[in-house]
Amino acid sequence: MDLYEYQGKQYFARFGIPTSLGGVADTVDEAVEQAEAAGYPVVVKAQVKVGGRGKAGGVKLAADADEVRIHAQNILGLDIKGHVVKRLWVEHASDIAKEYYASFTLDRPAKLHLGMLSAEGGVEIEEVAQTNPDAIARIHIDPVTGLSEDAARAWVDRANLDPEARDQAATLLVRLYHCYVEGDCDLAEINPLILTPEGKVHALDAKVTLDENASFRHPEWEEYEDDSDVDPRERMAKEKGLNYIGLQGTVGIIANGAGLAMSTLDVVTQVGGEAANFLDIGGGANADVMAAALEVINADPAVKAIFVNIFGGITRVDEVAKGIIEAIGRVSLSSPVVMRLDGTNAEQGRALLADHLSDTLIAEPTMLDAARRAVSLATA
Amino acid sequence: MSIFVDETTKVVVQGISPTSQGLYHGLRNKAYGTKIVGGTNPKRGGEEIEGIPVFASVAEAVKETGATASFISVPPRGAADAIIEAAEAGIAFIVCITEGIPAQDEAVAYNRLVEEFPGTRLLGPNCPGIISPGKCNIGITSGDIALPGGPVGIVSRSGTLTYQALHELSQQGIGQTTCVGIGGDPVPGTNFIDCLAAFEADPETKAVMLIGEIGGSEEERAAEFIAANMNKPVAAYIAGVTAPPGRKMGHAGAIISGTSGTAQAKMEALSAAGVNVAENPTECGEKMVEIVRGLA
Repeated sequence: MDLYEYQGKQYFARFGIPTSLGGVADTVDEAVEQAEAAGYPVVVKAQVKVGGRGKAGGVKLAADADEVRIHAQNILGLDIKGHVVKRLWVEHASDIAKEYYASFTLDRPAKLHLGMLSAEGGVEIEEVAQTNPDAIARIHIDPVTGLSEDAARAWVDRANLDPEARDQAATLLVRLYHCYVEGDCDLAEINPLILTPEGKVHALDAKVTLDENASFRHPEWEEYEDDSDVDPRERMAKEKGLNYIGLQGTVGIIANGAGLAMSTLDVVTQVGGEAANFLDIGGGANADVMAAALEVINADPAVKAIFVNIFGGITRVDEVAKGIIEAIGRVSLSSPVVMRLDGTNAEQGRALLADHLSDTLIAEPTMLDAARRAVSLATA
Repeated sequence: MSIFVDETTKVVVQGISPTSQGLYHGLRNKAYGTKIVGGTNPKRGGEEIEGIPVFASVAEAVKETGATASFISVPPRGAADAIIEAAEAGIAFIVCITEGIPAQDEAVAYNRLVEEFPGTRLLGPNCPGIISPGKCNIGITSGDIALPGGPVGIVSRSGTLTYQALHELSQQGIGQTTCVGIGGDPVPGTNFIDCLAAFEADPETKAVMLIGEIGGSEEERAAEFIAANMNKPVAAYIAGVTAPPGRKMGHAGAIISGTSGTAQAKMEALSAAGVNVAENPTECGEKMVEIVRGLA
């Protein structure tokens, strides 16, 4: 789960990471209130979960209340790469002497935490990584032992931060590491991390991705739940507890298991079709789950055919077949269904379905056959 | 022969109670013929549940039964501790199928195993488990779709695609030595290379089927290993060719960031390593059937 900048900054604050004084505003009047509280000059920043908002006109400096009004008016409702701005973050504008970059994430191949620190922050760090990889000081951290003050200080020296920034930066990085670990982040990133002319180091931006697997021990994350930007099909699927991703095609997909669902998308594409969605109904494909899946797919007007691809393991195919029959009785479908059912008790499952087959409920023996049939129905 | 497990493997099921997943899967594995020698539950030590003796701890179970492997399907919040408990008790092979363990917990558990318990191998988390047909089944794989006798070894990151692979081969009368589901989590205890090396060393395994998916770089690393270290033929399939970038597709691992980890990049790396790369799971099965028939 990605956090908005303001949420990231609030998250940082819990771990003692210094940020600029500021507040959230949903209206022009609120923006002025927050600006007055933060002290002029202020920066008015669009809150969207997409990069490049500065270039899109979503970040503006304001010297007084009138300027705040003008910028807030312009930014609220602005469309930035398909994300409409509904909320602003207004903070005291900092004078900047230097811009750095700092982040923690998991290095999957190394199976260790990876810290990255650069004296050349503020720009696209990917570009620095490409053109001048030596400008990024990397540190591998053993999750068992963590990051000590001493190790952080040596890392800061290696990154060649300005001498007056080093002590503060080392302390801040240890706190950011705690935020990353105890805060269960997949990513904790500051770009830019700044040094002010007065010699203070603090976070000017915050990019935080939370590990949703850890939500059971973070009841405070509930406030971050946000579906305002989400595809309405995905919102409906989420309410039904389904793992669904909306796509652009005409073949609705229902499969059990993430791998098989991905594979189903691939096969549909290979035979000349395009999937309308990714939907993994998980291991237990009972009638309730199947009905919910069919309802979600049926609600998508782009869908012209539905491909149900099930491989029974523990969930036997005869149980799946019963689920499909019951689900089809409950949901009034506007597209034909093509099924491929294989695995444990496939014979019994197919026998159960035999009496129910029709022009709109079709069974095919293999994944490829079923994909071809579904695609031809979708394009007919 | 099989890899990691065989007919002598004695398994303890961690976290067993009349309503637990552990009991459900443990009984299925026992019915398949796996030597399930006990279960653990700190509150039920000394009891017996459906014929499975319960011990208060893994250490006690090991002492009483000589268990060498453990099976974990406890909920995410307790899974990392369960892994460490098994390692501390001297268990050599841990299968953890639990899905949804926080990445931070996984990273700590993995590195503790590496540092403190080098003799312990972890399979998973978030995997279907391991089956050596006719000998041992630990996890959720349906024994019905596997065929004993080899000569194919299967290693896969995906659950249902693993079943698909077993099914494709069994239907053609081609058996498997061992089928290992390594799982799709960010920090898998056992990776492709561990399994490929074991299959290469196993005299009964004559060919290997590898099923990968988008995200991470494990398949690329496997390709390097195959090119440098393997003489046995390998067929592979990578799921997620058409997956949109930047979206998680169910498995924590199945996410592409930028151009790294795409199915295309993985398929090219494997092809360059001499692997027979298929476009879909059925074709992968067909290629493997061809390879095996060519061996005779």
